[in-house]
Amino acid sequence: MNRHLLSIHDVSAVDIVRILDTAESFREVGTRVIKKVPALRGRTIVNLFYENSTRTRISFELAAKRLSADVINFTTSGTSVSKGESLKDTALTLQAMGADAIVIRHSSSGAPFTLTKWVKGSVLNAGDGTHEHPTQALLDMYTMRERLGKIEGLRVAIVGDVLHSRVARSLSFGLVKMGAEVTLVGPPTLIPPEAPSWGVQVSYDIDGVLPKLDVCYMLRVQRERQRQQYFPSVREYSRLFGLTNARVGMLPEGSLIMHPGPMNRGVEIDSDVADLPQSVIEEQVTNGIAVRMSLLYLLLGGTGVEEASADV
Amino acid sequence: MSERRIVFRAVRIVDPASGRDETTDVAIEAQRITAVGPDAMTAGASVVDADGLVLGPGLVDMHTHLREPGFEHKETVETGTRAAAAGGFTAVAPMANTDPVADNAAVIHEVRDLAATAGLCDVFPVGAITRGLAGEEMAELGEMVEAGVRLFSDDGRCVPDARVLRNALTYAKAFEDVVLAEHCEDAALAESGQMHEGLHSYSLGLAGQPREAEEVIVARDLAIARLTGGRLHLCHLSSAGSIEMVRRAKAEGLRVTAEVTPHHLVFSDEDLITYDTNFKVNPPLRSPEDREALRTAVVDGTIDAVATDHAPHAVEEKEAEFDRSPPGTIGLETALAAILTHLVEPGRISLSRAVEAMSVRPARILGAAEHGGPLEPGRPANLVVFDPSAEWTVEAPFVSRSRNSAFLGSKLRGRVLYTMLRGDLVVADGKPQR
Amino acid sequence: MGGTKARLLDGAEIRRSVTRIAHEILERNKGAGEVALVGIANRGDDLARRLAAEIERIEGEQVPVGALDITFYRDDIGMRAEAPEVHETRIGFDINGRTVVLVDDVLFTGRTIRAAMDALVDFGRPTAIQLAVLVDRGHRELPIRPDYVGKNVPTRKDEDVRVMLAELDGEDAVILEERGAAPRSPAGKAAKGDER
Repeated sequence: MNRHLLSIHDVSAVDIVRILDTAESFREVGTRVIKKVPALRGRTIVNLFYENSTRTRISFELAAKRLSADVINFTTSGTSVSKGESLKDTALTLQAMGADAIVIRHSSSGAPFTLTKWVKGSVLNAGDGTHEHPTQALLDMYTMRERLGKIEGLRVAIVGDVLHSRVARSLSFGLVKMGAEVTLVGPPTLIPPEAPSWGVQVSYDIDGVLPKLDVCYMLRVQRERQRQQYFPSVREYSRLFGLTNARVGMLPEGSLIMHPGPMNRGVEIDSDVADLPQSVIEEQVTNGIAVRMSLLYLLLGGTGVEEASADV
Repeated sequence: MSERRIVFRAVRIVDPASGRDETTDVAIEAQRITAVGPDAMTAGASVVDADGLVLGPGLVDMHTHLREPGFEHKETVETGTRAAAAGGFTAVAPMANTDPVADNAAVIHEVRDLAATAGLCDVFPVGAITRGLAGEEMAELGEMVEAGVRLFSDDGRCVPDARVLRNALTYAKAFEDVVLAEHCEDAALAESGQMHEGLHSYSLGLAGQPREAEEVIVARDLAIARLTGGRLHLCHLSSAGSIEMVRRAKAEGLRVTAEVTPHHLVFSDEDLITYDTNFKVNPPLRSPEDREALRTAVVDGTIDAVATDHAPHAVEEKEAEFDRSPPGTIGLETALAAILTHLVEPGRISLSRAVEAMSVRPARILGAAEHGGPLEPGRPANLVVFDPSAEWTVEAPFVSRSRNSAFLGSKLRGRVLYTMLRGDLVVADGKPQR
Repeated sequence: MGGTKARLLDGAEIRRSVTRIAHEILERNKGAGEVALVGIANRGDDLARRLAAEIERIEGEQVPVGALDITFYRDDIGMRAEAPEVHETRIGFDINGRTVVLVDDVLFTGRTIRAAMDALVDFGRPTAIQLAVLVDRGHRELPIRPDYVGKNVPTRKDEDVRVMLAELDGEDAVILEERGAAPRSPAGKAAKGDER
């Protein structure tokens, strides 16, 4: 495996299987009384969060602590980050503190790539702009595999604002890599025209897609997008593309409803739907810790001197 | 200095203005060329053995940013003209987007005086088309023409109001040889675009700017040029569609000229995969197909000139997150080598055509009579001598104050050894002399 | 694969060792009552199960059996190119108050057992921990000693002892080899992805 995880393209299909398998073991650790192993004792892991995200940050923090690593949180409020210190200077400071790994969330696409120029440790992308969110994609694939037994051949629809969604990118690329069939669904204004070259299908008709799905993955749609005129109104969006109570019945038995969170209940997903048993939204969160532990372990558990498995 | 006598012995002189391309001797005395021909000897002259080297008219960059007044932390007239000389240029046209904007004779004079003091390169300051570059009211073009300006541009943006552009193009017809140059970019379509809109912008998660953002303004401006009969120049074209329109306009007889930058001829949006801000430029690097259309346009003359759009930015500005970094690459020191390496060497264009695009044509458009050749006895000695086969790797530090170069790390062939401004060797043995 | 130098135990000898160890465990602990077996993944796991089967055959009692993966407790994480491969941990019973017999195939430096003890105490507080190994090949680097040994085999450091069990390798045998042969712990039964 690479030294960094900046994009889902940094891991091959073989690597992904390894990450998910290792996450299994970490899930088991989560069932023990002492949910902690000494594997990364003495390592320092920094959470560098330029965007507020309590949930993802806590997930990474728990993951690191359960590996017995020391955790430092560098978040936007109250630190030099908010005083306008440049990314470069922050990076050099963390480097001087001896950070073994930096988990970075940033509103600028590519910021994790830029960070790797200035630090020696591993860099994990916890979401950069509208580019990628590889750990989310991995925990989503873990959830799918765990519930449905496989990833290859699964029929997955990703519904919503694909254009602005880093989760949609990472998940599409990752699922295609693992042999799933991916369909992007949403209004034409929110689906990149180039999407088919990613190996996915595109549809503007959610009702046509739902009956043939194993997983229905809903993306958050920000009200901001209506102000930017990507669609005329939230009401119309919800009517045409929302996972409403009425639509849920069209999903086959045993299919999953997923969402990366946070949800806009009533916009892309009806409140009742989010609470249905086939909705695994909470499991995604639980699995997030195990998958992130797996990533931290695999990235920091080796020196990374040799090259790992060949890309698929 | 002005009494110096120099002879370049056995040099290949490439002078498109006179049609000359042969290996012979060139003698310079005081500020002028005194002889061109075998054994052109002058008593007491220093002889430079120029076997294997090429001598041409000093290069002329009709689109550059010297950043002074107002942005001296990025570049000054002195550091910028020194970088120009290092790149083989004897004349540059600095754009008007300084602070204060060059929309009046006072700023024009200031820039020219700074250049004269430095004495490294001639400058032909470009005047703004509209006051303050605001796009609303015409600037005092006449006053600036009297101050010697021939090229006007609101570069950095286009003139947004078609009526203002129409009036300016029409008004400018009152002055001899005045050209209006447009930076063709529709602000609404280009909105917050960080790179070319296409496959790569989607994968990289960066907002994109479609080629139509350039093309709609090219179409508009050509129509207005047709309507007014004015002289229009199109800056740094980047898209195949724009080239097509210019080709048709020229065939129709419109008085339009066009330029392209070296980086648009060499790179494409594929190069942005590492989020390297040195590739963040405006207009953005587009697809390999667009690049190929630009190259073909240089070959067939649809593109008149290669201009660097040398755009220095401070280190801390470029070492930031991609979307917070200002667009621009420096280019004065690498332009010639880039064209030689990527167009001349592979045989796309002749050396003569390269010199024409980088010296003769821009000099004519600018009205820089002393530059661009022909290199004949009695003419001012504004020359460049370079080694076309010298290999080098582009590295910091640069002669420019800034180092945001898209060519950083590139291996190029072609090295400037001598740049002569009116007989004065500003650059000798590849190094600026002051 | 490095050269095989000797066959230390064949199938029959392995079976006899397992039987003898089962008897010794029962003897020492005065019956199966408080005993639990925890095998150290991979082969310790299968050996523990064989021991449990033997104990049930001899004594008619079932002892709880678990599997313990010690990868996260190793002292050499971060020293090799890749993070060490992880296997399955399955301890489905309460170890508090029990005598836990750790079971492993080969005892060498003792570091694996040290890690296993650290892992085990995170699960609870056993009354006692005992150690059963099929082969003790010497070269201890820590103060660890086995309670039950199948066979003592003095070895050189440039040799490897490889235990093959029918469940994983198709046959029962213990082989002495030149070092630098096949990887020391091939993929386990839990199909943990790629072999490195």
